[in-house]
Amino acid sequence: MTDARILTEALRDPATVAQLDAAGWTALLAIARAEQLIGTLAHRLAGLPMPSAAARVLEDARASAEQGRIAALWEAEMARRALAPTGMPVILLKGTAYAAAGLAAGTGRAIGDLDILVPRARLEEAEAVLLQAGWEWVKPDPYDDLYYRRWMHELPPLIHRERDRMIDVHHTILPLTARVTPDADALIADSVVLENGLRILAPHDMLCHAAAHLFADGDLAGGLRNLWDIHCLAGEHGIAGVEARAVHHGLEAAVGRALRLADRLYGGGLRYGQGRDRDMLYLRRLLARDDWGRPTRKLTRLGFYVRSHWLRMPPALLAQHLFTKWRKTAAQ
Amino acid sequence: MRHATTLRIGPVGFRVGSDWRAPIAALNDLYRDYPQPDDGIPDFNVHLFAARPWRRVLRPSVHIGGDFVIPDAAPLPLVQGLLAAEMGMNLQMALGQRRYLLLHASAVERDGRALLMTGMSGAGKSTLAALLMAAGWRLMGDEFALLDPVTGLIHGFPRLISLKNEAIGVIERALPRARFGPRLEGTPKGTIRHLVPDARAISVMAEPAAPRLILFPSYGFAAAERAVLPSETFVRLTQASTNYVALAERGFGALTGLVRRVPARALDYPDTATVLEQVERMWSAG
Repeated sequence: MTDARILTEALRDPATVAQLDAAGWTALLAIARAEQLIGTLAHRLAGLPMPSAAARVLEDARASAEQGRIAALWEAEMARRALAPTGMPVILLKGTAYAAAGLAAGTGRAIGDLDILVPRARLEEAEAVLLQAGWEWVKPDPYDDLYYRRWMHELPPLIHRERDRMIDVHHTILPLTARVTPDADALIADSVVLENGLRILAPHDMLCHAAAHLFADGDLAGGLRNLWDIHCLAGEHGIAGVEARAVHHGLEAAVGRALRLADRLYGGGLRYGQGRDRDMLYLRRLLARDDWGRPTRKLTRLGFYVRSHWLRMPPALLAQHLFTKWRKTAAQ
Repeated sequence: MRHATTLRIGPVGFRVGSDWRAPIAALNDLYRDYPQPDDGIPDFNVHLFAARPWRRVLRPSVHIGGDFVIPDAAPLPLVQGLLAAEMGMNLQMALGQRRYLLLHASAVERDGRALLMTGMSGAGKSTLAALLMAAGWRLMGDEFALLDPVTGLIHGFPRLISLKNEAIGVIERALPRARFGPRLEGTPKGTIRHLVPDARAISVMAEPAAPRLILFPSYGFAAAERAVLPSETFVRLTQASTNYVALAERGFGALTGLVRRVPARALDYPDTATVLEQVERMWSAG
């Protein structure tokens, strides 16, 4: 049965693509697109002999990713200009951070919204300044708005009215309802300043955030890309001291699992602790794609979807949340 | 997917998969003379699928997906499966094409030079392209013209010509021996019938052409022509391109280059006989 293994193998060892026939290439490109890893794949395979039709698709993906990088850095600059007068630390997260810092994880990476982290005490100030500078609310729904403000680790998403780009303003890296509470003050205190005054998380915190995002906060959608980020971050900065930092944030299980799975999929040997039985279940979910790039293994996916909500909210809140959502859907 | 086919249109390879046999059979019939994707590797995938397993048989409704998707695309009934496949391929081009600047225009070629026709939906782009094909021009495409940012050349995209409503009868009379698809009634755009481009359009579809003239046709007015300034052409073509913003500087360079080199004219026409005469005259004067 085909799954996304064909993609993780190509990323792990680019030489393996020499064995691909036309159907193999077709599946590889479709799955890479679906996992938003085609720009990464394009860089990884650059210079290798391959059919010209595949080279052409990958060249387009490289150009696209480069344009995406420029647009993402410009968006970060726009946020920097808006927030600079406040003097508050503004920390870039995820894709934009990797691109701004020139990290390997950023090479060819698709970058979506701009994610930034600011001190919780200054969240309202940041919000007011961004609204002044042309960002607007996306979600007009009062329940959603209230939910974000009460329980989430970020403001409701804002979109810029001229550039049509979203910004997520975080004050920590996990929802307030999650079982675990990372040390947001430490994330900010230890962040690293870039030339333009914007900041990025310290290397180990970056890895902790990527792992938290993947395992403590989501249903593993986009997980192969997250694990590629983790693979690159671990490779670039090493993992000495990562475990202690993960323990500090309460993320030792997530970070341990992230490193084990990244090692299993992409190699590198950077991991700590023993493998767990459930790793196989995670792999089954992460690799669930057919050779058209379509999601497969519906039951496994559903299981992880339910799990993501379970992790994010205590049972009573979850029940209340689902009831409200159900009532609103039924009313429409 | 259960049923699948592959084909190439101009420089772009597609793989179309479907939960049903009928849309693939229709594609295989109408696109039978088209080549395969280069190296057997398509640029884009299209998925025609049932949202729920039972909807494969019970009031079957065809959802359109692929490498690139829009979340709220309305499904089509299975009898319009061919249209769904065409829309799926168009969607991949509109959302995913990054090699060429995509111009929402029809194009024909003569003596190695291309004539582009763009304008609002209903202006007669497809009808004009089909009529010019009937008059001996090489059809390059009725929906998209692909501008290569590197060479400045136009690449054709001669998919099936999509004829709508009154245009169907006009073209059936102009090309009585041509191959047509089934009449699709009650589509979101009214009645649609697809016309297979002629043998020459298909056999030389990979050959690009240098653009020579851009026309903005409008149907339903007294015959009139006026020059369109490069600045206006530029703005109108940015609106007629789905990937202009995504291509960023490359798109800007390609489009400014095009409008500087190639003259543009607005063309009002009352009927098909008049417009053919108008086009021939403008082409000779061009």
